Amino acid sequence: MAQYLLRRTIILIVSLLVAMVIIFLLLRALPGDPANALLSINATPEQVAAARAQVGADLPVHEQMVRWFGSMLTLDLGSSFVSTLPVGPEIASRLSVTIPLTFLAFGLALVLSLVIGFVAAYRADRWYGAALSAFSQLFIAVPAFWVGILLISMFSLNLRALPAGGFPREGWSDPGATLTHLVLPVLTIALVMAGSLSRYVRSATLDVMGSDYLRNARALGSTMGTAMVRHGLRNGAVPVISILGIELATTFLGAVVIEAVFALPGLGSMLLKAIAQHDYPNIQGILFVSTLLVLIVGFIADVVQRLIDPRLRQRTSSS
Amino acid sequence: MKKHPWSTLAAGTLAAAVAISGLSVAVAAQDSNPDATIEIGSLYEPQNLDNTAGGGQGVTEAFDGNVYEGLFHLTDTGEVEPLLAASYTMSDDGLTYTFTLQPDVTFHSGKALTSEDVKYSIERVFAPESQSARKSSFGAIESIETPDPQTVVVTLAEPSISFIYNLSYVWVVNKDATDLTTSEDGTGPYVLDGWTRGNSLSLKRWDDYWGEPAKNGEVVFDYFTDATALSNALLTGAVDIVTNMQSPDALAAFEGDPNFVVNNGTSTTKEILVFNDRVAPFDQVEVRKAIYSAIDRAKLLNAIWGDKGTLIGSMVPPTDPWYIDLVDENPYDPELSAQLLADAGYPDGFEFTLDTPTYDPHPVVAEFIKSELAKIGVTVDINPITADEWYTKVFQKHDYEATLQEHVNDRDVVWYGDPDFYWGYDNPQVTAWIAEAEQATSVEEQTAKLKLVNEQIAKDAASAWLYLYPQLVVASADVSGYPVNGLNSMFPAYDIVKG
Repeated sequence: MAQYLLRRTIILIVSLLVAMVIIFLLLRALPGDPANALLSINATPEQVAAARAQVGADLPVHEQMVRWFGSMLTLDLGSSFVSTLPVGPEIASRLSVTIPLTFLAFGLALVLSLVIGFVAAYRADRWYGAALSAFSQLFIAVPAFWVGILLISMFSLNLRALPAGGFPREGWSDPGATLTHLVLPVLTIALVMAGSLSRYVRSATLDVMGSDYLRNARALGSTMGTAMVRHGLRNGAVPVISILGIELATTFLGAVVIEAVFALPGLGSMLLKAIAQHDYPNIQGILFVSTLLVLIVGFIADVVQRLIDPRLRQRTSSS
Repeated sequence: MKKHPWSTLAAGTLAAAVAISGLSVAVAAQDSNPDATIEIGSLYEPQNLDNTAGGGQGVTEAFDGNVYEGLFHLTDTGEVEPLLAASYTMSDDGLTYTFTLQPDVTFHSGKALTSEDVKYSIERVFAPESQSARKSSFGAIESIETPDPQTVVVTLAEPSISFIYNLSYVWVVNKDATDLTTSEDGTGPYVLDGWTRGNSLSLKRWDDYWGEPAKNGEVVFDYFTDATALSNALLTGAVDIVTNMQSPDALAAFEGDPNFVVNNGTSTTKEILVFNDRVAPFDQVEVRKAIYSAIDRAKLLNAIWGDKGTLIGSMVPPTDPWYIDLVDENPYDPELSAQLLADAGYPDGFEFTLDTPTYDPHPVVAEFIKSELAKIGVTVDINPITADEWYTKVFQKHDYEATLQEHVNDRDVVWYGDPDFYWGYDNPQVTAWIAEAEQATSVEEQTAKLKLVNEQIAKDAASAWLYLYPQLVVASADVSGYPVNGLNSMFPAYDIVKG
């Protein structure tokens, strides 16, 4: 196991480095010029040249890359071309919105999908099982921002029960206000995520219910409940965990639309703005952090799967 | 904002009662909360805090007049008034300006304002590394001298009638200040209290301000990226004012609601169908006039903005001193268009590519133009391009036939005097008039010359100016004292009262 962990960690680091090189080169290959974003229509060619020199965009690409990797080793993510503010602290401040948003939404989606998926499968023959199945279909079909707008319309504009968006200036030093502002966005993301996750839970449950080992366990005297928990759970969990990993990873940046609808200063909106302005340090910094998060989540998902399923351990550890 | 007569009477009576009783009582409208926090919703977040280092429209909105002041200041109706320059004189040849500064002015850091700071502030606008949009306006400055701490003498190489107006855009900053992109040191009625990127920027009233203190205690600019989210914030009371309501559809929620006031001000943003005047067939005046007269602009404006916005017939908006109503110079007349096209040698019409920026409202305008021009046999190929591509392809390389663009600044008719500007309008008479206007010795002379320019470019249909954007400042009904015209994105907040 330790060997596996070590190998996986090395793969993680190498993946990260390769991703960063690709991102760096792709950005430079795209049409458009960072200097243009900084200046207005009235800019003279001298101003454009000066702006490019200022941000180091006039150096050859390999030199820029060496500089950037060098600063990364000291964990210095550089400064924005546009605002001249350091990238790291701004990302940290945006993460203080995006990470709680993502994890709270994810937690809620998990609970909802486990309940809905399980009941939809286990009681597929009853009316409420079928109804839950249809319900999850509905939430796969609707776009997240539409759910968000609907919730705002209902709870903020009509009932005036919750704020229509925004994030308190004081941030987490006032957790009550912050959580109130996160209720609707979390609910929006969770409902839509639960729609698709519950389908996976449902199909995993159905697989387990129709499996030989479950039938054997019951034949040997277990009740349905005990058999499901003792044998079914670990088997059913494996595919669901890989999906969970992917969903969590995509939500970090995928929440950009929700951030716009609810006016949340999260990572997604920072990335969107940085891309429009060709703000390379910001883009690279954000993609570095999110790539790292995605790789870590994938790493944890893989490790958990191996812990649950002994067959995975055997397959790869044999020489 | 309307005040009901009874509230004035009540306020007067209560004021008397207050004077007698010696108690302070909060009353409606007149004696509103002087320490109120005003929340302002905007779509324009500053890029950074320095308008010579790419701060952008957002920093002008938040800081101009609030945190930083200039020697002069541009009012909401477009007039130039003295501010930090208490008075000034101009020599007879128009080359030397002597400014006397306001006495006893200090920066937020406590340092006293001197002429050295003013010299430094002007020089940083046209310094080589400056990214200020106003950099080229100061090309005529030869030297700036500071004979004593209260006096600044500027010598120009040639007369420049717009010099005083241009100075209203120059922030007077403390020459010893550092990190002006992330902090500030100005002389204005507010200090920067905090800036959470992507979220909000707050200004706090400064008690040592040299002039009249701000009428509110704190001003917070809340930033949004989505126009609907901004509308919702106003509807739920999360913000008190929206500086520029972007979508006409959003207005419906506020019009007719007594809790809100919709202010229909004038802006200086013009939506223009720009011809590349160097390229056939747009190098012919008749062709340009034909295209211009084939577009029903009233219908276009109505389709996008309903009863808001203004029609224009030239580059000059109503707030510029040289405005003339030229809307009917090239009237909507498809028969005239057909006639002009035939005269120009295109009786069967022609085809051209319209490079259309992908952001609102250009795609909608492009579709409208396409269908209007189809009626006179002109085929339009819409080519969507990003803002970036537009800058390189159209603005720098002039590689286009026609394009759509919005031009935001006031007093920008002078671009028609530069044949190398992207639209390539080359009329030596107009160029001469513009140069003479700048060297005029009086505002009247300048105005007269620029009016000639205004008429000429309309006659020549140098471009097809479609309409002027409305400036819709929507606010909650208990707030007053805010600017409604939004000239050049400024939003001075010191007169806003709540209650």
